[in-house]
Amino acid sequence: MRALARLVARADGRGGTALVELHGETPLLLRQTPTDGGVATVHLVGGAAGPLAGDDLRLEIEVGPGAAVRVHSVAASIALPGRTGAVSRMAVRAVVHTGATLHWLPEQLVAAAGCAHLAESRIELAADATLWWRDELICGRYGEAPGGAVVHTQVDYAGRPLLRQSLAVGPHAPGWAGPAVLGGAPATGSLLVVDPSQPAEPPTVEGSVARLPLAGGPATLWTATAPDAHTLRTHLTP
Amino acid sequence: MRPDTVVPSAVPAVEPITPPPATPPHDETVPHTHPEPGVDPHPPLARAGRALRVGIGGPVGSGKTALVAALCRAFADELRLGVVTNDIYTTEDADFLRRAGVLDPARIRAVETGCCPHTAIRDDIGANLDAVDELAEAVGPLDLVLVESGGDNLTATFSRGLVDRQIFVVDVAGGDKVPRKGGPGVTAADLLVINKTDLAPMVGADLAVMDRDARARRGDLPTLFLSIVGDPTATSVADWIRHELAHHAALHPLDVPVGPA
Amino acid sequence: MATPSLLLLLADGRFPAGAHAHSGGLEAAVAAGRVTDLASLEAFLAGRLATAGLVGAAFAAAAHRAAVAETVGSAHPARSARPSDPPAGSAGRSAALARLDAELDARTAAPALRAVSRRQGRALLRAGRTIWPDARFADLPQKPGGAHQPLVLGLLCAAAGLSRVETATIAAYGTLTGAASAGVRLLGLDPYQVQALLVGLADACDGTAADAARAADDPPERLPAAAAPLADIHAEIHATWEVRLFAS
Repeated sequence: MRALARLVARADGRGGTALVELHGETPLLLRQTPTDGGVATVHLVGGAAGPLAGDDLRLEIEVGPGAAVRVHSVAASIALPGRTGAVSRMAVRAVVHTGATLHWLPEQLVAAAGCAHLAESRIELAADATLWWRDELICGRYGEAPGGAVVHTQVDYAGRPLLRQSLAVGPHAPGWAGPAVLGGAPATGSLLVVDPSQPAEPPTVEGSVARLPLAGGPATLWTATAPDAHTLRTHLTP
Repeated sequence: MRPDTVVPSAVPAVEPITPPPATPPHDETVPHTHPEPGVDPHPPLARAGRALRVGIGGPVGSGKTALVAALCRAFADELRLGVVTNDIYTTEDADFLRRAGVLDPARIRAVETGCCPHTAIRDDIGANLDAVDELAEAVGPLDLVLVESGGDNLTATFSRGLVDRQIFVVDVAGGDKVPRKGGPGVTAADLLVINKTDLAPMVGADLAVMDRDARARRGDLPTLFLSIVGDPTATSVADWIRHELAHHAALHPLDVPVGPA
Repeated sequence: MATPSLLLLLADGRFPAGAHAHSGGLEAAVAAGRVTDLASLEAFLAGRLATAGLVGAAFAAAAHRAAVAETVGSAHPARSARPSDPPAGSAGRSAALARLDAELDARTAAPALRAVSRRQGRALLRAGRTIWPDARFADLPQKPGGAHQPLVLGLLCAAAGLSRVETATIAAYGTLTGAASAGVRLLGLDPYQVQALLVGLADACDGTAADAARAADDPPERLPAAAAPLADIHAEIHATWEVRLFAS
């Protein structure tokens, strides 16, 4: 299955945000939901199970100058096996313009047994853009060893590299469950907060959560491992 | 540094630095200025283009840290001093030195040695050289940097790429046979310090035997006997360092003027 | 053409670049109770090789590529320059290395790991400046903490006449041997068994180096970015310790 979805937001000139384009294709459907303040809220609605290996899903987001968008999803997505030898792919490309805000807070990605999945996000931020970007990965359904999954996040801030990370789990990622990478934790994720109005705070670690000020901009990465999805969410709630 | 090796009663509290005893242990092998009434025994030393780096090595428990603390007291008002320690160094140690008025923690850098203390001072000296550079960057030009090794054995010595002079510290409690055993520290260090002489009667160490063996091993190189309990500023060792500083200043003339210490 | 001896010299743990004082995160993993024996050390090394090992090797290879860029035409007469080839000359090298520096920062989320990489770079540079005074070190970005270690390694290996894949091999191998040696010291493991474990990882190390060397042809933003959450968490915990035996 192939799908392309597109979300374009513009400031409406009255302190609010208008969604000038909101287009989805099964299984990648977008629904605007009631809004608070000047923020446009959109939910991703999975129109089919999956993604299944072989699916190629793309989402493009553009947040115009001064606009504010929050994206959630209604349920976790579960990467499943599909055609033999095929890979499922979910690519998100986001551009956040000057003075704009994007909060990307979807539900978890679950890498089911036998899956082969690539989640790829590329985000371009203007110098005074604000971003919350959360990725959560659950390695297998309950009691299950995951298939192969890679979560790749690439963020540029004001034209400079801010964050590049690829977390790989599963049979083709040597040592992924071992003490150098996840230490047996089935849930892991990160929350990137880019906010030029917030001063950078020094790094801290509490349990299995670290707050990491990044080098390339006014940004902090919260990174965590956890025994389950619920605990992970408590670690990565802004 | 492990100031726990310092006998607590020998450490002045927050009072000003205690002057050396009226009759310090006197050793004619060490060139130094004789104190005269009304005359500062330590005329201002010539400043050098870069700090003199003096390594202080020796076995675990021989009193390296106590000697460093004593030298810090001796030079407190005289030299711009920094310390690099390769020993396990805790914030408690730093607090101890600050409370004792010995040295501002900003003038101390600790180097992790990956359980290989001799490697860090002899074979792979980069981290120590970095620490020396960082001290100068943090607190300005220095006259003297003491590089304390982690406690090791008799075979450990400093690289000439790291220090200009090295002092090897052994103690009488380690047995009066130590100088006879030799090893590069005992035989080749620029100064051998035989420490804790006050304990000699208690541990049955014969200082004459140690002196004889040290001379046999070291030829013309100097050896000093020391008891920091009786001499909390390690006067004889401090005098030896002053002498070496004068040579060092002649070898490394000052090309840029620096402010007062 | 480089002699194999230079490859061995630069890969040797006794090369004075401070490797003995770095455990590659193992000291913190041991303290957390995550590495206790040979089996957990092996899992640690495999994970480290696939993450920090791959990234470090790719950046060393990319820095090597930048260092030898001006000789691309003559060294490879069979192919013409590609659009992604870094520009030749000192200015081109400086720009390429500055870009690599920023890209590696973006792959190193933990400030403690950024500082360690720069500290190790400084140590390697100190050795390199004495041993290969003609290397292109002046083109490294001037950063307060020093240049990242893989960048210095790439320039050093280029100056020593080593190939790109040899450069990547030294980098990948170093991420294994430093931590393995720390394991022997911290856990009292049998050194023969630990060497046997390294033998078992040799193919993976060579494969990682080959992947890294190939990746160096990609534009900098596409270089490997393999992440390890525990590496970041361990490094920040380690940095807060009052007493450390290892610098990382």
